[in-house]
Amino acid sequence: MKPGMALRADRLRCEAEGRLLLDGVSLELVPGEVHAVLGRNGAGKSTLLRALSGELRPQAGTVQLNGRALAAWTPRQRARQRAVLPQAESLRFGFSVEQVVALGRYACPQHRPEQERDIVLAALRAAGVETLAGRRYPSLSGGERARVQFARVMAQVWEPLPQAEPELGGHARYLLLDEPTASLDLAHQHGCLLQARRFAGAGVGVLAVLHDPNLALRYADRVSVLENGRLTGQGPVREVLTQELLQRTYGLPIELLHTGGEALPVVVAHPREPSLRPPTG
Amino acid sequence: MHRSFCLVRKERLELSRLAALEPKSSASTNSATLAQGPEALHPENYSILRRPGLPAATPGRHNARMPRLTALLRRPLPLCLLLGALALLAALNGLAAGPLDLGGADILGSLGLGPAPDPSAAATILQLRLPRVVLGLTVGAALAVSGAAMQGVFRNPLADPGLVGVSSGAALAAVAVIVLGAPLGLAGAPPLIGRWLLPLASFAGAALTTGLVARLSRVEGATQPAQMLLVGLAVNAISGAAIGLLAHVASGSALRALTFWMYGSLGRVGWPEIAATAPAVLLAVLLMPLRGRELNALLLGEAEAAHLGVDVERLKRGLVLLVLLAVGGAVALTGIIAFVGLIVPQLIRLWAGPDHRLLLPASALLGGALLTAADTAARTVAAPLELPIGVLTALIGGPFFIALLLRLRGRGEAW
Repeated sequence: MKPGMALRADRLRCEAEGRLLLDGVSLELVPGEVHAVLGRNGAGKSTLLRALSGELRPQAGTVQLNGRALAAWTPRQRARQRAVLPQAESLRFGFSVEQVVALGRYACPQHRPEQERDIVLAALRAAGVETLAGRRYPSLSGGERARVQFARVMAQVWEPLPQAEPELGGHARYLLLDEPTASLDLAHQHGCLLQARRFAGAGVGVLAVLHDPNLALRYADRVSVLENGRLTGQGPVREVLTQELLQRTYGLPIELLHTGGEALPVVVAHPREPSLRPPTG
Repeated sequence: MHRSFCLVRKERLELSRLAALEPKSSASTNSATLAQGPEALHPENYSILRRPGLPAATPGRHNARMPRLTALLRRPLPLCLLLGALALLAALNGLAAGPLDLGGADILGSLGLGPAPDPSAAATILQLRLPRVVLGLTVGAALAVSGAAMQGVFRNPLADPGLVGVSSGAALAAVAVIVLGAPLGLAGAPPLIGRWLLPLASFAGAALTTGLVARLSRVEGATQPAQMLLVGLAVNAISGAAIGLLAHVASGSALRALTFWMYGSLGRVGWPEIAATAPAVLLAVLLMPLRGRELNALLLGEAEAAHLGVDVERLKRGLVLLVLLAVGGAVALTGIIAFVGLIVPQLIRLWAGPDHRLLLPASALLGGALLTAADTAARTVAAPLELPIGVLTALIGGPFFIALLLRLRGRGEAW
């Protein structure tokens, strides 16, 4: 990987309706790592992801994709280097699941139809939804839709960029995931982040907005913690996610437990409200 | 590419040819990152997602059960060929049907494809019936493909040039020219008015109302479909009132011309007007299907389409311009014809799915065929009386639209 390959946000500042959504947030997403973003609702996680994807133009600060300002790439060039999984999907037209995933290949250099189809099916399998390939998308459950959308963004950055294009040659790929685990069951939450890890292993930079610090501890290399639009912690996940920071971030008494044999601590919350406590004897 | 996208084909399903599950790695895999990750990273662990008892991917099973012919007719090329044949049939029927009974030999002869028929038959076909057939094909295609494009742009199957006020704006401008043209001294050059002023006015009217509706239906920077339909309703009401006002002050001859705009007719214009306006309409009809792939991406949402690499603003601007050209021209030629743009794309979607690469050309062909057939019916069922074609399409289209709404209601989806 060439030096300078990164998705880099520098001192972002975003405002909407007089509210400061992001204030001086910097972040560097490096190819090959999983970077988690944690914080409470409304802390600015999605705003940060939207600014990194180019959907939102920050009032101040810059975003650079592989050493070049985001706006300097054409939409198609940008799409070849990074895929974005939004928090909510709104597709109501009756595409088949396979067609939805094939939409992810819009900007990609097209192979022969058979190869394109193979990539689509492989992405479906990677998201664990290969049995749904022929189903109509609107007939799926919420969790199934989320996994199909995940397959779609994986298909978008499935392959490294061809060296033949000098402008994009060898540029790194990125996956930006906004709450990818939100509507998934426990098994699929882990499946999804395992897949994210695999992409990181293949040289893709993965940014994931998460709500569960346990998932961040287990799957992320680095973490950024946001509070009211400001960074309160950033760095290697095991160093940053301390009991003190988690308590302050979520406003809850929190304990880090080391269970038998596990190297990773488990984050457990103890709400103060007595009615929320489990009955004791 | 088309085939692989639209159709799930069983023979392509050999899993042996599947690419490896791993995303393809770039040259320098960062193995250090992987090594320090937790032990759970081992690829085997992902097998929790592959439930052992389930069969391998069977995307083709729904299609496999279908009878062969219907499956074939859902494919782009066969379906377009069928619809093209349907349009040709409707055209030939339109040339043959009427008070003067004419056969295949007369038709071929008049078109210069056989021995010349007697002059009255040739005149009937070339001057009376052929213009109507050409109009039916052109305007039907324009309305249907515009409807399909608008539904894609607004991501709403209820969008239609008529419902969002584009047609009524075009009609209002045209009526204003008819009624106010003489007092304002524009009547001095009748051919000019007929050929250029009316189409230009209806383009302008269509552009104005589209701009208005698009602007008023933006909520926080994004076009809200529900808002758009309500704004379109209001714009339709205002245009209708303005047309009513103009009708009140119109002279007898202008009033007749005005009625034609309100209910549509394929029999009011001849070759000169067709030659002046139809090429622009046809150009728009031919250009719109080129945007099919982008429209497919747009159905995911505007932000999602942008992430996929679609230049969304450019796409929307270009398509709205083409719709203006097509609908403005269509209204200039035939007046308001309701429901074609709404219902034809729905029929295609119900039959073959929402893929715009098929939907747009197929809608154009079916729209042309249906409008030509409807016009032939309108002038023959109650002969010698001619039903206004807009009345006919609304009579058939209205109930059909209600049925669509009822169907939509229970499913929370939009085909």
